[in-house]
Amino acid sequence: MIRALALLLALALPAAGQEAIISGLSQNRVSITADFDGSEILIYGAVKRDAPPPVGAPLEVIITVEGPATPVAVRRKARVAGIWVNNASVTVDSAPSFYAVATTGPLRQILSDTDNLRYAITIERMIRAIGIAAEADKAGEFILALQRVRTDEGRYRILEGKVELTEDTLFRTDIMLPANLTEGEYKVRLFLLRDKRVVASQERLIGVRKEGLERFIFNLAQEQPLVYGLLSLALAALAGWGASAVFRLIRV
Amino acid sequence: MQLYLPIAEVSVNAFLILGLGGIVGFLSGMFGVGGGFLITPLLFFIGVPPAVAVATGANQVVASSISGVLAQLRRKGVDFHMGTVLLVGGVVGSVVGVWVFSIMTRLGQIDLFVQLSYVIFLGLIGAMMFQESLRSLLRSRKPGAPIRRAHVHSWAHGLPFKMKFRASGLYISVIPPALIGASVGFLSAIMGVGGGFILVPAMIYLLGMPTKVVIGTSLFQIIFVTAFTTVMHAVTSQTVDMLLALVLILGGVIGAQIGTRVGVRLKAEQLRVLLSLLVMAVSIRIAVDLLVTPDELYSVAPVVLP
Repeated sequence: MIRALALLLALALPAAGQEAIISGLSQNRVSITADFDGSEILIYGAVKRDAPPPVGAPLEVIITVEGPATPVAVRRKARVAGIWVNNASVTVDSAPSFYAVATTGPLRQILSDTDNLRYAITIERMIRAIGIAAEADKAGEFILALQRVRTDEGRYRILEGKVELTEDTLFRTDIMLPANLTEGEYKVRLFLLRDKRVVASQERLIGVRKEGLERFIFNLAQEQPLVYGLLSLALAALAGWGASAVFRLIRV
Repeated sequence: MQLYLPIAEVSVNAFLILGLGGIVGFLSGMFGVGGGFLITPLLFFIGVPPAVAVATGANQVVASSISGVLAQLRRKGVDFHMGTVLLVGGVVGSVVGVWVFSIMTRLGQIDLFVQLSYVIFLGLIGAMMFQESLRSLLRSRKPGAPIRRAHVHSWAHGLPFKMKFRASGLYISVIPPALIGASVGFLSAIMGVGGGFILVPAMIYLLGMPTKVVIGTSLFQIIFVTAFTTVMHAVTSQTVDMLLALVLILGGVIGAQIGTRVGVRLKAEQLRVLLSLLVMAVSIRIAVDLLVTPDELYSVAPVVLP
């Protein structure tokens, strides 16, 4: 009986000081149209509490935005017979096409390794590469290179300290989506942390889709490649003939 | 103005592409070449993936060749018989080329393969053309020098399957033109070029065709080979970017018309020297990329797992 009561108490205790996330996105769909040049998404929210905030460890917030993952080939060049050629490659099973981590402070100081492992928060945790050691020597460097290349392209970002937290309750951050965006569902995850441990989390989705002309061209190319190829030709033929006809008129 | 390319999946400046098409069109109008050998490497430099650049380059060449062949038709500069023989060879070469292209893409060596093709073929043709045109430029300055005969009998005349090519005034075997057509079709698929820079000298020096039908006939065969290549790439790898092609073509056709007018004012020998210098410059620029240590040794490409 006493044991059961103790268990009930233990379960009820965290519930008393529980904190939950209420969040919003400035947009939950991004349209890639012909003049698409990147997009900025505002992610904001508040911490909902039934009781006064616990004293002690301060509240921290981590927000991640993750683009659709695909397998990728990472290739390394080496000089062979005087010229630079790809001569080693590693296939990574899954790497996100876009990944941003925004935080209220340095990741190392606000997130423990165990919780990073459990919730897969940092970029390294998002890249799944099993059995690559057999594919090339120093396989680990390929993974580092993948992160470096994608960081240079603006696809991977670590935005430490870019989440603004006001009065331990309101938070907001802006995430820039680059122009070379891949279509798909983008997953937004929000984490509240205290004492390096995740105390609450939430997931939301942003749909990124090509729209209008872009949608039409892409679908046609994928679904009706023959029709698409012939249409491209017809347009080229029309343009070629049109130009010569127009300029002949001007010349006369 | 930024333009998002639906197939290449990159955002580019529309005016940059328009200008690029314009400059290449200007040069192609001036020299009577398709300009694919310039457009494809320039697209690499601005960040379009090589596979898309090659396939879209072929589509752009279709437009500029049609524009050119219409002008040649009016002055009866097209040998349809010869064009058809070249074309049959060209289609076979193109099929092989697209097949090799997809194998190389899978092996991750397509960039190297395309770059090497450019360095070797442009370098060779450029150097040969430069030497020949410089010699004829010097010869034209000294009047009274011996004139080379239009065509001499060679090994090409001893082969079977002879055919009469009335517009060219030739009676030769169909094997050499079919082989030339096949190699041009292959290069068209690999390099995204029409192959005029190879076809024109081959028709003059190897087949002995009269110069007045060479450009028209080469354009005629290029239209069909690049058209075929475009459709093949669209079907096998979905790498033709219609939007990119349209903007390039728009710039190209305007540039070509201006280029043609400038070209009329220059002497043929001077034009050939300039063209050969241009071809060699492109070849050297790509060779430098292969020889100089790159800043980033690693590259990342999405793949489809088997």
